[in-house]
Amino acid sequence: MKILAIETSCDETACAIVEDGHRVLADQVATQIEIHRKYGGVVPELASRNHVVDIVPVVEAALAEAGLGLADLDAIAVTRGPGLVGALLVGLQVAKSLAWAHDKPLIPVNHLAGHLHAVHLHRPEEPAPATPGYPHLALAVSGGHTALYRVEAPGGPVRLVANTRDDAAGEAFDKVARMLGLGYPGGPTVERLARGGDATAHRFTIPRFKDGALDFSFSGLKTAVLTVLEKRGGFPEGQEQADLLASFQQAAVDQLVDRVIQATEEQGIEDVVLAGGVACNGCLRQTLRDALAQRGRRLFVPPPRWCTDNAAMIAGVAFTQAPAHPGHDAADRRLNAVGTWSVTA
Amino acid sequence: MSWFLPDEAATRAAGERLGRLLAEGDVIAAVGDLGAGKTCFAQGVARGLDVPPGHYVNSPTFAILQSHPGRLTLHHIDLYRISDADELLGLGLEELLGVEGVGYVEWPGRAPEVLPADVLWLALTHEGAGRRLRLQPRGPRAEAVCAAFAAGSVQD
Repeated sequence: MKILAIETSCDETACAIVEDGHRVLADQVATQIEIHRKYGGVVPELASRNHVVDIVPVVEAALAEAGLGLADLDAIAVTRGPGLVGALLVGLQVAKSLAWAHDKPLIPVNHLAGHLHAVHLHRPEEPAPATPGYPHLALAVSGGHTALYRVEAPGGPVRLVANTRDDAAGEAFDKVARMLGLGYPGGPTVERLARGGDATAHRFTIPRFKDGALDFSFSGLKTAVLTVLEKRGGFPEGQEQADLLASFQQAAVDQLVDRVIQATEEQGIEDVVLAGGVACNGCLRQTLRDALAQRGRRLFVPPPRWCTDNAAMIAGVAFTQAPAHPGHDAADRRLNAVGTWSVTA
Repeated sequence: MSWFLPDEAATRAAGERLGRLLAEGDVIAAVGDLGAGKTCFAQGVARGLDVPPGHYVNSPTFAILQSHPGRLTLHHIDLYRISDADELLGLGLEELLGVEGVGYVEWPGRAPEVLPADVLWLALTHEGAGRRLRLQPRGPRAEAVCAAFAAGSVQD
């Protein structure tokens, strides 16, 4: 079964064609990072305007890459939420039009479910990757989300184990980068500049909640970095900058790893998936992999291109939901975007 | 008018007390640096609006708008990533703020055009290990809320 998916929930305009939920026949992403860099973040109206410009060429490029026509597809999938409503609507409108014009089923997909599925994806010329058993834990970390889920079975149901009580991890990286006068996106810049830094130069603590919840919190860490900067005055550079960033990054990573380890032990779970844009962070991947391996547990991480926003993961989830969408349904034309849409049942 | 809030619990408690005084259409504009406690205060407001305890009121920076169900819906808005009001077209903020539920707007200075005429301005600043809360009403409704808040506490 070949499914074409469109993803426009944030700053990437993406289209992919995936066979049977895992073989990626085409994967196109028109990134808008250059446009957003000068604004220090994703600007919503700017995002939807550029989605409008990019979406049709990106769909055409995906079809060309796979060597397929629209008639060859079995369904059209689209990210319905969560995300920026104005941005989501662009993808949704194009997907609805394609499904209606070509009489295909339309499968709306949750963006976070996509991230949790990304670990199954591979190119046809590559062997299928090892995949986690069920139930497993999945840590989804990005600029907008930081949550730990328990995935019971393929395609769901999904249960929330822990969520951030304030900032998302990626948001903390972006905001700290901005405090130090560094560019957007903050994650890759912080990781690069932290190399060679002494992660023990500043002692940032891991927050704990009195109610015993495994929830995350990055607001205190952000404030702690701000306090260091205020005491000092001005932007640190060179080794001093590297030390501060390395200490910040390690504290953020240690908190994420701490919660995952506690959850695997409390729930007796062997396999863990790491997903979302922050999963590209090498320090997080390595620290989490080592901590799990020491306890005889396994980590599964998609390759970087399927950690950041993409449409292949959306097509992958749509395959698991295809039986519920046997044909084109006229009601699909009224489908609306959902800015806040929980992935949990 | 100003109050000293020694810790996060005090910030949340002040937010909760303010939340209990709010009515449909009220809008709060919350000003303060990164880490000043704006989202923490919003969590208190949510409690005061009877948003269920298990419900996460976390940073809306990425989503711009997060709405939380309670006695009144809390529309938690963060304009941190915005540089002018045109960028907000299509989010429908003008249909929410001052009209439906309660609006709590962080970084309002990025697009003050979205605020209605009657707004309770709130500023949080660092003071030692704690925070200082200042309230400044603009408009009759905000003045009434502010007076009720002041009547229920001692300023310091």
